[in-house]
Amino acid sequence: MSRELTRYLLTRIAQLLLIVFIAVSINFLIPRLLPGDPVQTAIARLQASGAQQSVDVQAVAAAYKAKYGLDQPMLAQYLNYWRDLFHLDLGVSFAHFPEAVSTEVGNALPWSLGLLAVATLIAFSVGSILGALLAWPGTGKGIRALVPGLMVLTSIPFYLLAIILIYLFAVVWKILPPAGGMDTTRIARLDWGTTLDVLRHALLPLLAIVLGNVGFWALGMRSQMVSVLGEDYITFAEAKGLSPWRVFFWYGMRNAMLSQVTALALAMGAVLSGAVLVEVIFNYPGLGSLLYVAIRGQDYFVIQGVVLMLIVALATLLFVVDLIYPLLDPRIRR
Amino acid sequence: MSIFSNFRGVARGRVGGTLILGVTILAVILLFSAIGPFFVSPHDAAVGSVIPRRPPSLQNLLGTDSQGRDMLTLLIYGTPNTLKMGLIAGFIGVGLGLLFGLLAGNFGGIVDGVIRIVADALLTVPAIAILVIIAGNVDRMTTNVMALVVASLSWMFTTRTIRAQVLTIRERAYVEVARVNGESAIEILFREIMPNLLPFIVASFVGTVGSAILAVIGLEALGLGALEETTLGNTIYWSQQSAAILRGYWWWWGPPIVIIALIFLGLFLTSVGFDRFANPKLARRS
Repeated sequence: MSRELTRYLLTRIAQLLLIVFIAVSINFLIPRLLPGDPVQTAIARLQASGAQQSVDVQAVAAAYKAKYGLDQPMLAQYLNYWRDLFHLDLGVSFAHFPEAVSTEVGNALPWSLGLLAVATLIAFSVGSILGALLAWPGTGKGIRALVPGLMVLTSIPFYLLAIILIYLFAVVWKILPPAGGMDTTRIARLDWGTTLDVLRHALLPLLAIVLGNVGFWALGMRSQMVSVLGEDYITFAEAKGLSPWRVFFWYGMRNAMLSQVTALALAMGAVLSGAVLVEVIFNYPGLGSLLYVAIRGQDYFVIQGVVLMLIVALATLLFVVDLIYPLLDPRIRR
Repeated sequence: MSIFSNFRGVARGRVGGTLILGVTILAVILLFSAIGPFFVSPHDAAVGSVIPRRPPSLQNLLGTDSQGRDMLTLLIYGTPNTLKMGLIAGFIGVGLGLLFGLLAGNFGGIVDGVIRIVADALLTVPAIAILVIIAGNVDRMTTNVMALVVASLSWMFTTRTIRAQVLTIRERAYVEVARVNGESAIEILFREIMPNLLPFIVASFVGTVGSAILAVIGLEALGLGALEETTLGNTIYWSQQSAAILRGYWWWWGPPIVIIALIFLGLFLTSVGFDRFANPKLARRS
């Protein structure tokens, strides 16, 4: 491994750790910086909402006090917070007392990751190829006519697209389920029925995220490809008599993709924020819906747990993208 | 760099077209919220003022919601509130971004290092996650507080842009000449560097307002908005709460989505058009 590559990797690892550190610290500090006792506030809110009559308030208060340790100095609280995190202890849920927050987050995570990963992969590859085609001189009028449509799709937040999609495909034309991750009556098993059911429910949320993103990648790729195609090595490749397909993929797209991957790192935060809201609209059983239910029920530890999970998951994802980058760009590897 | 070279770019058709279309869309929305109140009474935005769940008709041009509010009135009073939050957050975000960007670009060293690392880290964090924690801890949410909450995460992009620009402008010959002529650091900053930053400040502002509005309606969709006030995002939130989609009340959530989409389309076209206008090199290539 060369020195540049080592340096590159070390910087990325440092960045990952920094993001996790900031996330944990924000989660720790904000409730404490605001006026008032978070335990009292949370319990007062819980009682005021009246929805959790079945919950033993005393037990909740004890759990809160144990978790926060508010009588200790700030630094000790902070270190405790970190220690609990290393034990995967995120506190307990109020709404489903005494279930651990880590269990709830763990149940929701695969749904979110699956949806987000597949949607982003589709949007990114389709968008990139489409964008490259848009910049290519030999592309027909039919594809070029897509540009205004892509611009409109890019500018609509994709959870609003989700509402329109539900109305079209689940209300007006009832061909897909409007909500949920699978049929409520189904017992999840690893068989074809379950798989098909999960896919059927995932289709609309997937479509909402893909449609909302594809324009962003296409328009970004188009402007990158335009500048790459203006380079001398493209002219040279054409002059050598290489086939147009080879010039398009190997000389054009491969170089334009580099900045697309960089853009992926910067855009994933926004994509994730949008996906959380798409889940809420579809009542999809992922982190987004968990967050929404927790916010409505003032379920404080769950909110914190989900937020922490979102940030850490994204940071890890970006780290993976960063690891792939040297494979794409030999100049970093050398 | 002469201003006229830019205007020549505008005259060449398409470049100006995008910008003009974007600004026109935004102007129409502003006009809608400015003259709208003359045609409706604020009373109709109150709960129970009209017959609930009516599709669009001559009495209620855009129908009514299930709480008995007139949709057109809600939109007329909600649109300016949504725009207001975007603009306040945009001003604060760009102001902070400009300040941090100038500090980082001018002084370098540790100041630069800290600002750059924090900005980069916050850029990659999903904004909604942090905003949920902040907004969830605010006792009484109003649209003004909401604007402040969103502004707290609206400065990073401007900081990056301004910092990068300051670093290149500082090395230009005319800054060198000013320095040799004995201008102080402050004079150089305001006389030589700032005027050249203007296009970037304007572009950042358009982008920041857009992402601020996006964050605001995102928080509102989660029910963390200023629920006592009328905004576009809250209207969608209430429609979602009443299952308006499944019950087929399209006039409840449809029009606010259209206005939000138009706001974003207008901002997007303005920013793309302005970019070509401010960077003629880019315009010539595409």
